[in-house]
Amino acid sequence: MFKQIKNTLGSLMLIELLKGMAVTGRYFFARKITIQYPEERTPQSNRFRGLLALRRYPNGEERCIACKLCEAVCPAIAITIESEQRGDNTRRTTQYDIDLTKCIFCGLCEESCPVDSIVGTRVFDYHAEQRGDLIYTKDMLLAVGDKHEKQIAADRAQDKNYR
Amino acid sequence: MEWLVQLLGSYRPNVELVGWTLIKIFAIVGPLMIAVAYLTYAERKVIGYMQVRIGPNRVGFFGLLQPMADGIKLLFKEIILPTASNKGLFLLGPVLTIAPAFAAWAVIPFDGTKVLANIDAGLLYVLAMTSIAVYGVIIAGWASNSKYAFLGSLRSAAQIVSYEIAMGFSLVGVLMCANSLNLGNIVLGQEGGFWHWYFIPLFPLFIVYFISAVAETNRAPFDMAEGESEIVAGFHVEYSGMAFAVFFLAEYANIWLVCTLAALMFMGGWLSPLPFLPDSILWLFAKMAFLVFFFLWFRATFPRYRYDQVMRLGWKVFIPITIVWIVFVGAMLQTKFDYLFH
Repeated sequence: MFKQIKNTLGSLMLIELLKGMAVTGRYFFARKITIQYPEERTPQSNRFRGLLALRRYPNGEERCIACKLCEAVCPAIAITIESEQRGDNTRRTTQYDIDLTKCIFCGLCEESCPVDSIVGTRVFDYHAEQRGDLIYTKDMLLAVGDKHEKQIAADRAQDKNYR
Repeated sequence: MEWLVQLLGSYRPNVELVGWTLIKIFAIVGPLMIAVAYLTYAERKVIGYMQVRIGPNRVGFFGLLQPMADGIKLLFKEIILPTASNKGLFLLGPVLTIAPAFAAWAVIPFDGTKVLANIDAGLLYVLAMTSIAVYGVIIAGWASNSKYAFLGSLRSAAQIVSYEIAMGFSLVGVLMCANSLNLGNIVLGQEGGFWHWYFIPLFPLFIVYFISAVAETNRAPFDMAEGESEIVAGFHVEYSGMAFAVFFLAEYANIWLVCTLAALMFMGGWLSPLPFLPDSILWLFAKMAFLVFFFLWFRATFPRYRYDQVMRLGWKVFIPITIVWIVFVGAMLQTKFDYLFH
C-alpha cells in the first residue's frame, strides 16, 4: 500500500523522467568524441588489414613464389592464381587476381604466406567506379605494395617478435 | 470584368486594408519559415550534442547553411504519386496540414500592439485551428492507400483527439484565471513580475499542457504516427520531395506554435520577468526558444511510448488531473485567496 502510493507520487512528480533528462543534459556539455574523418583519423593498429598488396624484395624481385597457399586458404575464394616456370627456372605467377568484392579482409592469406608476399596494408578508403575495377590484378597489387612498402615493412618489423 | 462588377454589386474591397494585412501576414510567415528551417538545424545540433556528437558542421560556418541545402535538395526531388493513391486527396493532405499551422498565428500577440487579428475568442480560434491539422494527417494516410500510412493516420487521429481534451482543459484553467479568451488580455493578466505568471498557480496544468503539446505535435516520445521502428514513417510514408517537406514544415511550425502558446498563457508572453526590466518582444522569443529546447531535449532522452500507454496516459492520468485542478482553481476563486490565481 505504502509502496504503491510512493510509486504513484513518484511518477506524478516525473522523477524518473527528470533523472533521464539530467543524464542527457549532462552529456549536452560533455566533450564531443566525433572524429571529423577526412581531416582527422582514428589511430590504426600495425596489424590493420586493409587493401591487399603484393611485396617485392629490396632488389626488385617479386616475393611471390606461386605456392598457392593463399588461394587454398582463402575462405571467400577471392584469389585466383596461375603460374609457370620462368626463364631462370623459378616458379612465378602469371596471373594473381584478388576479387575485392569477395574479399572479407580476414588476413588468412597473409598468415599463410611463407615469403611475406601478400600483405594487408593500412589503406581502407579506396573506391572504384565500376564493379570490374574492384578485381585487382597482379600489376595493381604490386603497385599498391610498391607505393606503401615503407609502411608495410615498418609494421612487419614492429610485429616481428609476435609472428 | 462586367460580370464581376455585377456579382460584387456595390461592394468595393478596401484595398488599403487588404494590402496592409497582406504585408503583416508576410511579416509573420516569413520569419516563421526561417525559424522553422533553423529549428531543424537546432534539433540536429542539440540531439547531436546530447549524443556526444557534433551534428551538422559542413555546409557554411558551423553548418548554418544546412537547412538551405536540405530545402534545395527536397525542392529538386521528384514528388511521386503512388498509382493506387487518390491523387487529389494525396496532394491535399500536406496543404491541409500546413495551412492551419500557419493560420493559427493570426491571433498570436507578439507585443502589446503587434497582433494581426486581435479577436476576443483568440484562444478558441487557436484550439480550432490546431484541431483541423489532424485532417491533413488523416487524409494523407487514407489517400496514400498504403497499410503503414493508414495505420499511422489512425494512430495520429486517436492520439490527437485524446490529448486535445487534456490540452483544452488545461487552457480552461488559464481562462478562469484571466477571465478572458483574448490572448493579449491573458498575457496582460500576468503583469508584474514572474511570480504573477500563471505557471505558478496552475503548475499541474502547465505540465499537462506541455506534455499534451508534445503529443499533439506528434513529437517523440509520442511520435506514434511516424513510429519509424514499427510502421516505417507512418502517414507520410508515400510522400517524397516537397510534399514530404511540407509535412515537416507543418510539424515544426506547430512546435513553435504550441511553445508560443505556452509562453503566452503560462509564462507571461512579452512581459519581462522582473518589473524593473522593460517589456519586449525579445522576452517572448526567449521564452519560446526556452520551451522549444525542451522538445528537442525530450526527443534526445525518451524512447517511444507503447500505444496503449499513450492512450492510458491521456485518458486516465491527464484528464483526471486537469479536471481536479480546474475544480480546485474554481473553488479557490470563490474564497478570499482568489488573488493568488489572478
